[in-house]
Amino acid sequence: MAEFLQFLFSGLTVGAVYALVALGFTLIYNASGIINFAQGEFVMLGGMTTVFLALAGVPLPLAAVLAVVAAVAIGLLLHRFAIEPARGADTVTLIMITIGASIFLRGAAQVVFDKRFHSLPHLFGTDPLRIGGAAILPQSLVVLAGATVIVVLLWVFIDRTLFGKAVIATAANRLAARLVGINTGHMIGFSFAISAAIGALAGILVTPITLTSYDVGTLLALKGFAAAMLGGMGYALGAVVGGLLLGLLEAFSAGYLSSKYKDVVAFLVILAVFFVMPQGLLGRAKVERV
Amino acid sequence: MARLIDSRYTPLVAVVFVALALPLIFPSPFYYRIGALVFIFALAVIGLNLLMGFAGQVSLGHAGFLGIGAYAVAIGPTHLGLPSWFCIFAGAGASALVAYVVGQPILRLKGHYLAVATLGFGLMIAIVLTNEAGWTGGPDGMSVPRLVLFGWPVHGSKAWYWVAAGTLAVGVALALNLIDSPSGRALQAIHDSEVAALVLGVRVARKKLGVFVISAVYASVAGSYLALLNGHITPDLAGFMRSIELVAMVVLGGMGSIFGSLVGAGVLVVLPQALTGFHDYEHMALGLIVMGFMILLRRGIVPTLGAALAGRAP
Repeated sequence: MAEFLQFLFSGLTVGAVYALVALGFTLIYNASGIINFAQGEFVMLGGMTTVFLALAGVPLPLAAVLAVVAAVAIGLLLHRFAIEPARGADTVTLIMITIGASIFLRGAAQVVFDKRFHSLPHLFGTDPLRIGGAAILPQSLVVLAGATVIVVLLWVFIDRTLFGKAVIATAANRLAARLVGINTGHMIGFSFAISAAIGALAGILVTPITLTSYDVGTLLALKGFAAAMLGGMGYALGAVVGGLLLGLLEAFSAGYLSSKYKDVVAFLVILAVFFVMPQGLLGRAKVERV
Repeated sequence: MARLIDSRYTPLVAVVFVALALPLIFPSPFYYRIGALVFIFALAVIGLNLLMGFAGQVSLGHAGFLGIGAYAVAIGPTHLGLPSWFCIFAGAGASALVAYVVGQPILRLKGHYLAVATLGFGLMIAIVLTNEAGWTGGPDGMSVPRLVLFGWPVHGSKAWYWVAAGTLAVGVALALNLIDSPSGRALQAIHDSEVAALVLGVRVARKKLGVFVISAVYASVAGSYLALLNGHITPDLAGFMRSIELVAMVVLGGMGSIFGSLVGAGVLVVLPQALTGFHDYEHMALGLIVMGFMILLRRGIVPTLGAALAGRAP
């Protein structure tokens, strides 16, 4: 039982980060139809910027805020100078642009920061809490709480404000949204900003546990993408469910089966889900029109 | 000019011409190596382009087949005592078999779901290659014995330049023939609309599986050559970044253009070599160039330029 709880918590912690990355994918996909493979770099930027600002003597909370602001700025720049000029291009072309951006950001991080691993201090120390025989880092709870707050805030914002409704309208039908007077270009830019902020926050929260370096973004983007697809691309709830599920899958297969092959197990399960539900867990089938 | 680019066998003529002409301007033997790398990657990229550009199916795990081909020529001679040339074919056969088995379920998925499934597949191959250290040497990789053909050891960049060029020419010819065959037209129908192709009597599932197997064989042979040329391989060869690189070559050169595949491979193999002088700024520059190309030439280098030339012609 203690073992089970241990795996459960480590799975949920990692899963929360995947969920946030997947949420970033979903937001941008809904607004623009683009799969933004630079999503993982926002996580890296959040963690690395906080680390280096803190090293420079900036108080930690301020460093974290500045890191989020920096990530948002980069997200907006990415939209303005890479996505906007390519408006109307093929999906694959747009994906390649975001991959180019991700290579660029990784390269820039390597120059601006360095190539080593860095950590941040834990918010509530490193003494593990004992819950039912399992040892749980307080930071794990911070990550889970932070992720929950982010998801709830996002939901309130999207569901309860006029601006949020404009985002939903853009996601539902871009042309119709334009016809009722919504500036869909702004909505896409906005989705990049929010996704960047979410990614950066995830990076800051999880850095004390998993460490960060200039190249952590690739794997996170890959996992976040898989999580978003597992839940059903385009569904915010699906992204959260997919992320948590992927984290749990990895933790349990690492614990009970083989730590070497945890990713293989996770992907086999994802494939199995696709065969039964080709649109992901929460997705609905679309009919192709000829 | 536009007609020259569009004509059917232009890419084949171009390969032969370029392969023969390049050595005349190579200032040092080092360039043979880069030339060989371009040809080898072009081979894999053509295979992937058949799948992506003609049949319209994405694969984010094609480096997995590169890995199978590469490890076939490493493991076969080292652990099983098989001759290297045989292992190239064995690797291709194994890749074809894997593609056939994996492709049946995977190719039923569409769009981004197919992307994730192929991504997962590539990842699995890389993980197996990393973890089965007894056979593969683990993350450090293993060395690859030399290829001996009819008592002639194929050794050095120069020899591989010619072997790769010859194989690429064959690969291009086969691809061009496939595109122009009824199967090729069926694939393009699938690309335009799967439902419409089905209604027209195209056996969609079989055609997709077929081109997936073919593209796997192309990648596998390229992987074998890459391993033999370098003399050492690591699981990175089958990794996610490699798969992305292959896709980038296809898209950069132009989806659905064989000529584009050659250009795409050329650009993305030569660029990093040219950029190594910039040391730390290499990745930044590479990222910027990829972004710039895709923004300015959004349909890929060759189709965009071809269209521009055609537009200017009277």
